[in-house]
Amino acid sequence: MDPENLRYTKEHEWVRVEGDIGIIGITFHAQKELGDIVYVDLPKVGTSTQQGKTVGSVESVKAVSDLYTPVSGEVVEINPLLAESPEILNTDPYGSGWLVKIKLSDPGEAGKLLTAAEYQAYTGTESP
Amino acid sequence: MAQPREPLKTTPLNAIHRRLGAKMIDFGGWDMPVQYASLLEEHHAVRQRVGLFDVSHMGEIEIRGFQALDLVNYVTTNDAANLQSGQAQYSGLLYEHGGFVDDILVHKIAADHYFLCVNASNQDKDYAHIAAHNRFEATVENAGVRYAQLAIQGPRALDTLQKLAAIALAPMHYYHFVDSTVSGAPARIARTGYTGEDGFEIYISSADAVRLWDEILAAGAEFGIKPCGLGARNTLRLEAAMALYDHEIHASITPWEANLGWIVKMNKGDFIGRDALDRQKQRGITRSLVGFEMSGRGIGRDGYEVCMEGRGTGWVASGGPSPTLGKNIGLCYLPCADAAPGRKIQVMVRGVAVDALTVSTPFYKRTK
Repeated sequence: MDPENLRYTKEHEWVRVEGDIGIIGITFHAQKELGDIVYVDLPKVGTSTQQGKTVGSVESVKAVSDLYTPVSGEVVEINPLLAESPEILNTDPYGSGWLVKIKLSDPGEAGKLLTAAEYQAYTGTESP
Repeated sequence: MAQPREPLKTTPLNAIHRRLGAKMIDFGGWDMPVQYASLLEEHHAVRQRVGLFDVSHMGEIEIRGFQALDLVNYVTTNDAANLQSGQAQYSGLLYEHGGFVDDILVHKIAADHYFLCVNASNQDKDYAHIAAHNRFEATVENAGVRYAQLAIQGPRALDTLQKLAAIALAPMHYYHFVDSTVSGAPARIARTGYTGEDGFEIYISSADAVRLWDEILAAGAEFGIKPCGLGARNTLRLEAAMALYDHEIHASITPWEANLGWIVKMNKGDFIGRDALDRQKQRGITRSLVGFEMSGRGIGRDGYEVCMEGRGTGWVASGGPSPTLGKNIGLCYLPCADAAPGRKIQVMVRGVAVDALTVSTPFYKRTK
């Protein structure tokens, strides 16, 4: 269910590297745990950030979850659909529900993140 | 050091919730469903059709004896002497200092028998509080384990429950109840609720809970009934601006502050907390609960600080998205002078001041 071509974090984000751009989002597991997502707070284009830093938040009816970037670099684009339709994070977390695109300052970072198999093993054994 | 944790308490419907795929949470020591498939769909089902809630975690306390009314009136704020048999009232249990032990429903079954519905996580505390003040010819029973409770809420709640109830429900007035049967099982059927919709809360034997849950879902299928979790229960009650213990009310909040003066009858005679309420009224009340709507982008949530003109003045008691209104709403405590509709406030959302406006409550009122 978690695509093989993405890399994952223990904080339940994913990144897909296309050239020098990293596209990041939250996992199927993350959206399921949060429930109906009603609000997404994203960084401004031009923001520089470091791997593991908070870059925004995702809110469901019940809860707020911080969003940590899996890769370092500069935010070059944010998903324009999310302001009006945050629910696409529930319906299509690996597709139209992507969050931000980051111009990678360290292209080697993503390769050190979890593979799909490693992430599935992690979420399968994570204590609730 | 981590305290050894007691195992979570479960209701008779625990296995059913798990089979339905509910997300379960620790709610005040109870393993309860927060949502099944979608909190939003459950919320809308109650506003538009009908929803079924397992609220068996709620506590029940029975007070019996020829001075039962005297005890009830001594430990609660409202006047139970005004109740007819078969009538219920919302009331408060207070400490001597005027803060809330709990908010409760008092049902008069007979002149010598009152039935209290109390909050799940407060039931042992409430029981001990009432028993400690029992200087009357009355007995107090902590009866929670004997009862399961289901809430059937929404505009089609009556149509759903009527298919199973032995009595005609339409003539029953709001905040009245009848001891009858549902699908042959003894049931105390009350026209009460915590959603802002028409509906019923039924008190049944734990042994009948699973069968009645299934039969109510089957009876409501033609109306689009959904099983609903505590998540929807919270968004529904917030839209109706109903208090939640540990949020709008707790041991450091008095009824005056919580806009619950209407459940305090100062002239009924002595009751626990009366002197403190009297003194506070003389001295003047300094803070009060008021509704707000976020005008800026952001969601004010429970515990967030509230500012006016850059200075911290209060806090959010409960806040979150309103699925019915499509706005972000909440209830906050502010100094009395500012606790009126139409004031510009800011809610500190994780370090950022986001604009909001105080408004009158309830946020949602059903059309009758």
